[in-house]
Amino acid sequence: MLELYDGSLDVPKILKEWYEAEATSNYGAYIPFVGTVRSEDGIDGLSFDIYEPILNSWFDAWQEKAKAKGAIIKMAHSRGDVMLHESSYIAAVFSPKRRVALEFIDEFVEDFKASAPIWKYDLLDGKRVYAADRSTPIKGSGLLAKEN
Amino acid sequence: MVRVEFLGPIQKPSLELEIQNLNELAAVLQEDAELSEWLKNCAVAVNDTLVSSLEAPLKDGDKISLLPPVCGG
Repeated sequence: MLELYDGSLDVPKILKEWYEAEATSNYGAYIPFVGTVRSEDGIDGLSFDIYEPILNSWFDAWQEKAKAKGAIIKMAHSRGDVMLHESSYIAAVFSPKRRVALEFIDEFVEDFKASAPIWKYDLLDGKRVYAADRSTPIKGSGLLAKEN
Repeated sequence: MVRVEFLGPIQKPSLELEIQNLNELAAVLQEDAELSEWLKNCAVAVNDTLVSSLEAPLKDGDKISLLPPVCGG
């Protein structure tokens, strides 16, 4: 399940909905990761662009990997502006036993950072500034550049 | 005719081009000085699937997307 929201996430509500949705699914472990905007470098918040077609196919591929281990993944992400101390990202894994979920949440969030087609901007003095130095080129980038 | 879209922070309107493959696209985009830095670190998708080679032929109506470096979360 992949949910996109305009603006910040209502974390308690989303975690509760996910918990209740799987309450009788016989999963022994529910491991969420919540990403919250921190105050640093004078930013007022962050802002996000998302390219949904490729995000969906990337997520579906991970859901298949999870399913093969008897687990499921849920993810929520913000579009647009998210201010300091608000949250923009939740990922969670449900699995029969804890070890699968603990390992999966780590792999999933790392690949999310490196591959999910989402672009982050700092909100600075009313401007939206691309977070170029914290961004990662998707695997295989540079195909169209002159060196190739 | 194929459509080329520039995603995220590349502030550039889409292009409609008469090209047969991604090698031709590379040649066209390399002429644009504004894009040269982006091309070095952009991934390329054809019809929303990431590609790893410039050789695949393009057909009329294809959508090509350029994806600059990402940072979700």
